[in-house]
Amino acid sequence: MRDEQATGAAITFDRVEKSFAQKGGAPVMALSDCTLTVEPGAITGIIGRSGAGKSTLLRMVNGLERPTGGRVLVGGRDVGAADGAELREIRREVGMIFQHFNLLASRTVFGNVALPLEIAGRPASEIRPRVADLIARVGLEALADRYPAELSGGQKQRVGIARALATGPKVLLSDEATSALDPETTQTVLRLLADINRDLGLTILLITHEMGVLRDIATHMAVIDGGRIVEAGPTYDIFVRPQHPTTRSFLSGVTGVTLPAFVASRLRPAPPEGPSQEVIRITFAGRHATDPMLARLTGELGIAVNILAGAIEEIGPHPFGNLLVSVETGRGAEARAYLERHQLLTEVLGYVG
Amino acid sequence: MWANLTPLLLEATLQTLYMVAVSGVLGTAFGLPLGVFLATSQRGELLSAPLVNKVLGLVVNATRSVPFIILVVAIIPFTRALAGTSIGTTAAIVPLTVAAIPFIARLVENAIREVDSGLIEAARAMGATPFQIIRKVLIPEALPGIALGLTLALVSLIGYSAMVGAVGGEGLGDLGIRYGYQRFMPEVMAAVVVILIVLVQLVQSVGEGIARAVDRRAPRNRGR
Ligand SMILES: Nc1ncnc2c1ncn2[C@@H]1O[C@H](COP(=O)(O)OP(=O)(O)OP(=O)(O)O)[C@@H](O)[C@H]1O
Ligand SMILES: [Mg+2]
Repeated sequence: MRDEQATGAAITFDRVEKSFAQKGGAPVMALSDCTLTVEPGAITGIIGRSGAGKSTLLRMVNGLERPTGGRVLVGGRDVGAADGAELREIRREVGMIFQHFNLLASRTVFGNVALPLEIAGRPASEIRPRVADLIARVGLEALADRYPAELSGGQKQRVGIARALATGPKVLLSDEATSALDPETTQTVLRLLADINRDLGLTILLITHEMGVLRDIATHMAVIDGGRIVEAGPTYDIFVRPQHPTTRSFLSGVTGVTLPAFVASRLRPAPPEGPSQEVIRITFAGRHATDPMLARLTGELGIAVNILAGAIEEIGPHPFGNLLVSVETGRGAEARAYLERHQLLTEVLGYVG
Repeated sequence: MWANLTPLLLEATLQTLYMVAVSGVLGTAFGLPLGVFLATSQRGELLSAPLVNKVLGLVVNATRSVPFIILVVAIIPFTRALAGTSIGTTAAIVPLTVAAIPFIARLVENAIREVDSGLIEAARAMGATPFQIIRKVLIPEALPGIALGLTLALVSLIGYSAMVGAVGGEGLGDLGIRYGYQRFMPEVMAAVVVILIVLVQLVQSVGEGIARAVDRRAPRNRGR
């Protein structure tokens, strides 16, 4: 049963498939052939458009949803095959936080954090100090006696996180936990998750539709589209070398590098008649200096380069940049070949007359 | 004249309170679990038992569609079997309870259904058993709604209790009919009505007070 310990994975999705029966219609295929390994102690993000199947995939980890094909293994156990007491035991080892927090309005902060421990049948003498610890861990000591209605969204999610950690899980699931929060609060909640990951060695699997969230905390990521995992790997690699069109379109939103309007509006997929410019995206990883490269392009090959937009960002500790330039269409191929030779990634975005 | 009537009114009030209290408690004792079951036993829900759910739902609807005065008469054999007699104040508790159970069950069912399904999901994710979810999540979260529902049920029981004179049950309603109507003593009728109004007011404000006290939701989410 504990076969995936050989591979060291925390969670394994093995050719997972999920179809939902529909009343009076063909079943909806929410997931097909999803294979993914989640590294222990890593923060892995799943990104995809609405309806792509993210929640369905995540909810299989704690058995809220059962696969109709394939297997989901958590800590060596087949969740899809677990039932009753065994399933409840697995669930105690997997914490979950939610977009809308799902806190009990009838319980205080303390009472909400205590709930999973009460459910696990722990004695009150053990619950009290444990809950106090958890509340301190998420920085809500002063609010222990408040009711959720008296808290801000960020504070509510902190309660959600403390509650999810109560039974000492090895895995934390997060279904769009920051989607209902403003950008600043999102950052503080993400930082808290990263701290917990670091301090407790907790494996975190999170869902988001914001690439920025992945950039900020995920070491690994998977892109899901139409119920299939179309791309998976270390976040940095995917940011630098996105393969799938869906990934690229998500990325264009987050890199902060977009074409100026006067270029974008005239962009054509093929070179127009007459003199034209080829618009190229250059992605550089690590500390590659681009400026000298562009200067040499001009100096050595005599190709004039127009810089349209650019930015440098960080994914974890790694800098990575995006630059949009244009060169004379006739010399585009030559310029790209030169840049590729020097470890820069290029992509033709289109042409302007 | 009032000197003679005061003990009568007092006794009748106590009889009404007795009938309403006992049938309220019994109605809750049976109606609450029934309501919880109705709210959680449809297909795919916590205690998924669609067939039992349907049957109980039908029984509840059938009982609720019988006018109370007809119910009182229709179940006389049942009342006799249970109370030993079919006549009197104690016997009247049987039809009152029979009417209260399905009424309370529906009110509790509605209150439970109002609970956000996200909370059930969160509790499932914690590894809670269905019974734990009911006890620790559904009932506490539905408590404000249940309190309002029980208030409504008690007010209705006060009204119903006035009809049990038909089977020899006493109380305010019976007093009002016998003295106020049959012996034509309008002042008794008026006194009875005033006492009933005060009772209903009292029950209503205490019930609402309790509902408010247990309601920890943000003001804008407070349902009525
Ligand atoms: N219980 C269900 N019954 C029927 N279809 C469902 C059910 N749950 C999900 N689906 C369908 O499965 C697909 C994937 O849904 P899922 O909730 O996993 O998407 P998602 O990626 O989480 O989307 P979102 O970003 O909007 O939350 C959708 O087409 C959805 O309609
Ligand atoms: Mg979702």
